[in-house]
Amino acid sequence: MMVALKDLPKEEPYAPGHRLCAGCGPSISVRMALKASRGPTVVVNATGCVEVSTTIYPYTAWRIPWVHTLFENIGAVAGGLEYAYEALERRGQLKGKVDIIALGGDGGTFDIGIQALSGMLERGHDVVYICYDNEAYMNTGIQRSGATPRGAATTTSPAGKVIPGKRGKKKDLAGICAAHGISYVATASIGFFGDYIDKVRRAIEVDGPAVVHVLAPCPLGWRSNPSDTIKLAKMAVQTGLFPIYEIIDGKYKLSLKPGRLIPLEEYLKLQGRFSHLLKPEFKDELEAIKREVEDEYKRILSLAGEHVT
Amino acid sequence: MPGAYTGDEAAAYAAKQCRVDVVAAYPITPQTIIVERFSDYVADGEVDTKYLYAESEHSAMSACVGASLAGARVFTATASQGLALMHEVLYLASGLRCPIVMAVVNRALSAPINIHGDHSDMMGSRDCGWIQLYAENAQETYDLIVQAFKIAEEETVQLPVTVNLDGFTVSHATESMKVLSDEDVDKFLPPRKPIFKVDPETPITVGAMALPEYYYEVKRQQEEAIQKSKGVVKMVGDEYGKFTGRRYGFMETFGLEDADAAIMCLGSTCGTVRSVAKDLRAKGKKVGLIKLWTYRPFPTEEFLSTIKDLKALAVMDRAISFGAPYGALCSDVSSALQNTGMDIKVMNMIYGLGGRDTPPSTVREVFDEALRTAKTGRVKERIRFLDVRE
Ligand SMILES: Cc1ncc(C[n+]2csc(CCOP(=O)(O)OP(=O)(O)O)c2C)c(N)n1
Repeated sequence: MMVALKDLPKEEPYAPGHRLCAGCGPSISVRMALKASRGPTVVVNATGCVEVSTTIYPYTAWRIPWVHTLFENIGAVAGGLEYAYEALERRGQLKGKVDIIALGGDGGTFDIGIQALSGMLERGHDVVYICYDNEAYMNTGIQRSGATPRGAATTTSPAGKVIPGKRGKKKDLAGICAAHGISYVATASIGFFGDYIDKVRRAIEVDGPAVVHVLAPCPLGWRSNPSDTIKLAKMAVQTGLFPIYEIIDGKYKLSLKPGRLIPLEEYLKLQGRFSHLLKPEFKDELEAIKREVEDEYKRILSLAGEHVT
Repeated sequence: MPGAYTGDEAAAYAAKQCRVDVVAAYPITPQTIIVERFSDYVADGEVDTKYLYAESEHSAMSACVGASLAGARVFTATASQGLALMHEVLYLASGLRCPIVMAVVNRALSAPINIHGDHSDMMGSRDCGWIQLYAENAQETYDLIVQAFKIAEEETVQLPVTVNLDGFTVSHATESMKVLSDEDVDKFLPPRKPIFKVDPETPITVGAMALPEYYYEVKRQQEEAIQKSKGVVKMVGDEYGKFTGRRYGFMETFGLEDADAAIMCLGSTCGTVRSVAKDLRAKGKKVGLIKLWTYRPFPTEEFLSTIKDLKALAVMDRAISFGAPYGALCSDVSSALQNTGMDIKVMNMIYGLGGRDTPPSTVREVFDEALRTAKTGRVKERIRFLDVRE
């Protein structure tokens, strides 16, 4: 199943008029996610770009109930809301099911909020957790996060004379979430909108917690052309850097069948954050990154039972 | 209905009778019994409550905020490091006007680690915008929790409330006390009627970003609400008094009518002070006690009229405000006295940190000192640390 553009609902729960940048991937990811919503929906949003830029009082871009409290606690706030709705329903003060979406950036999810997320998954709250991943803390000015890929230059992992950008690899968020034994985890990219919307919808339909990790490029932080956002979101998948897949009841299923991968350099050269890697002095580093990407891609492929060539 | 309860059990029982919709909590000594008892109620089907077993206090308070915003009646409990870990979220609860009730079983803060009672935890979160009530014993813990929901949820208030009880001395000591019947609590405390809620039928944005153009006004309104809550604290205390014969309000006094010297403090120590004051009164000494039930909002006017005929006041603080002129309570007292023209000599005693015992003999010394000051008009020591090895 894959949604066709013409079948998307016309409603825009996420209204225009917010103050996110031109070509903002996270903003696109939010609009698309809400196209997948079904009934009454409440959004709990972690601190970050989306939060600060959509609700500058007295304006709001949200036409559905929306709550922000902190950076690191949406897993818990969403859980509290869910329990309250259940209690109120039991008392006859609320009719029908409310879909709760917890929305956090990669910083709010991979790093500071991972404990609250883990608690939420372990307790089994019926909440869809969407992590929009722009691969750094963008709201505070492009600092590295646990989702920043190896080699990317950020303001706290600058490419210096001796250290070429971020050390350490990106956390396996999907794997960490799936390890909680929940029934639905997916990675997605805004470059493949039909696939992404389908996954959000499936996540909503799951009884219990579900996680969608969506890649959403940030032109400002990636130092890329705003008109390249969707292209980059596609290329991240096509280079094997960001494979998109589902983990349903622990079983991996690839969403995009592997064909020939695009060379990583094609992707890197469109982004200022990687420009140092293309210099001769960091040739070894680039090779190491390419090997790591390949290994990781093969790991996911084999988990999904696909042929590794 | 009389019975024997520890302070913690009294808190859990009160929350049960208040028919809370959601509890979200995390265990920490000496609060643990509250969450254990409540878990028993849940496991035995005695309550309708959804209990969220949080993975930390930060998440526990966050879940409380979420549940409260949805319109539920919410209860939690914590102590010490747990309260410190909640610190960030405490401001959310008050800023978003969530009428959550929390029992804080007061305990010392690390380092060094110590599980016993003092007020460092709550004083560390003194300015978090919560209404703060202090109980002397299990009975008051129970009574204050029942009132706390009514105060918090009152239309004009909509603020969270802590009910503080001293670690171990109150939380773990079994006392005989009276509790209301379930029906009576229902009569006193009807179901919560939220002023606004995160309800799918009426979309609202909660927790928007407010820049310099608006933030200040929101905070000013919050201050107005907590100041105005004084009227509600008093009204609810009177009503509870009519209902139960146990009247509450801002403070309880003993012997203040004609006292020259008095001690002011919070929590369980007030019991010792009252008992010593009674002894001294029997010997003809004009001493008294001011016990604050309501620490925030600070009942400034009422406090000033209560002390107007005193000559000396010893304020006992069970926490240090490091580097400050006085402990927190004494600072409040001193600033309340500013510009009133009253000539009352104030001295500050720090006591009982980390559960250090404060026996009647120590309280007697404090009274002696206060009486001496009342007579001479001279404060010998502005601040003194009681029962400590120097
Ligand atoms: C406890 C705490 N620490 C730090 C911050 C500052 N802060 C606000 S948003 C943010 C980064 C958000 O990054 P991410 O979650 O990746 O979202 P993005 O800004 O990229 O949308 C930080 C560090 C905060 N609000 N709270």
